Amino acid sequence: MPDLRIGVLAIQGGFEAHERVLWKLGAEVTEVKVPADLEDLDGLVIPGGESTTISKGIESADLAEPIRAHCEAGKTVFGTCAGMIVCDDAHLALIDATASRNAFGRQLNSFEADLEVTGIGEEPLRAVFIRAPWVERHGAGVEVLSTYEDHPVAIREGSVLACAFHPELTEDPRLHALFMAMTSVREREETAR
Amino acid sequence: MLKGGVIMDVVTPEQARIAEDAGACAVMALERVPADIRRDGGVARMSDPAMIKGIQEAVTIPVMAKARIGHFAEAQVLQALEVDYIDESEVLTPADERHHIDKLAFEIPFVCGATNLGEALRRIGEGAAMIRSKGEAGTGNVVEAVRHMREIVAGIKRLAQLGPEELAGAAKEHQAPLEVVHEVAAKGSLPVPLFCAGGIATPADAALMMQLGAEGNFVGSGIFKSDDPERRAKAIVEATTHFDDPERVAAASIGLGEAMPGLEIAELAAADALLQDRGA
Repeated sequence: MPDLRIGVLAIQGGFEAHERVLWKLGAEVTEVKVPADLEDLDGLVIPGGESTTISKGIESADLAEPIRAHCEAGKTVFGTCAGMIVCDDAHLALIDATASRNAFGRQLNSFEADLEVTGIGEEPLRAVFIRAPWVERHGAGVEVLSTYEDHPVAIREGSVLACAFHPELTEDPRLHALFMAMTSVREREETAR
Repeated sequence: MLKGGVIMDVVTPEQARIAEDAGACAVMALERVPADIRRDGGVARMSDPAMIKGIQEAVTIPVMAKARIGHFAEAQVLQALEVDYIDESEVLTPADERHHIDKLAFEIPFVCGATNLGEALRRIGEGAAMIRSKGEAGTGNVVEAVRHMREIVAGIKRLAQLGPEELAGAAKEHQAPLEVVHEVAAKGSLPVPLFCAGGIATPADAALMMQLGAEGNFVGSGIFKSDDPERRAKAIVEATTHFDDPERVAAASIGLGEAMPGLEIAELAAADALLQDRGA
């Protein structure tokens, strides 16, 4: 099987840390700044950062429609922290959920926690929450993979995975591996067709 | 998570909203931009808490505020206000000529200025979570930021070349903590984000600093001392993201009106008015 080509949206935020994790997992990684960068990708990561900054950057680079088209073609998307907000129904509407911005508070309220996450094994995942959102509402088709204090913080619907924390800042790559597995399953289905 | 973004100095809630709308990843709340601090003279202190609160209420992006070098009580006040970052800044009048704030004693992350690698490493040793070049604030002249960024980046490259037995000597030379020197040598980069500050006035300035190794830009007087702050703010954000795409930087640079007036560094040096010499 050829290497998976994963793009990381490099408008603003923690894109380099995501690139390192994906590269270690064996993906061919490229930065996405303009629509042409989305061509031939198998999956796209939308990193943490400031969701207003990233949204405005998507707008000014005319990336909204191409990202929606990428998603509608069944290709995978992984939004983390601000990236989860960008995926929600008030922004790119890639997933049937609404994120609540800075729900866990300001910088002073940033924290780490051990989470149980469906689909990555029993061992808890260390999660870094920085000015983090949570999922305020989600549709019936959305699978909640993890919660913290009763708030959904990792969700999946179809080919879209999203989490409220920063999985790229810890040494545990299991959520990225889950995303790669989602992408590779989709690739195999596509090839079989 | 500020990397790749632009942090803009603002003095009113209205300016903060303009910055947020332009795509700033954070704002720095202060009473006067550096160009005005420079012009007015006198002692520059931490901003009025009411003013900081007004800006916190106006925007959803992170709000930073400045404390004087060594003034840990100002930093305590800023932490009580729950600002998102504290800038221990040479732009304000230093409160302590020998000591910086013990930043490890705080929960709020700090950003500190540096003119070279030694300064950066000392600040990291004290607990800084982010380093920015000092440049020469309020001048609209990018030359000092370029010098500082090149010094820091070249210093990191040199450290990464050294053998383990040479690192203690390097730490002594840089007057920096040995464990931070080891970390930087092993990693080939600072353990914290490196931003540029001090003199950015145009989109091309912003693109230049990113290409020299900055991971993001602070813009102080450059936006709200220009003819058309809204458009210039957007253009500098665009140039920071697409720094390696000259056509986009060119398009962003069209029709911005006049940039802020610039100051000659040699004249400031002759008048002993350089802010970058504070708190080495």
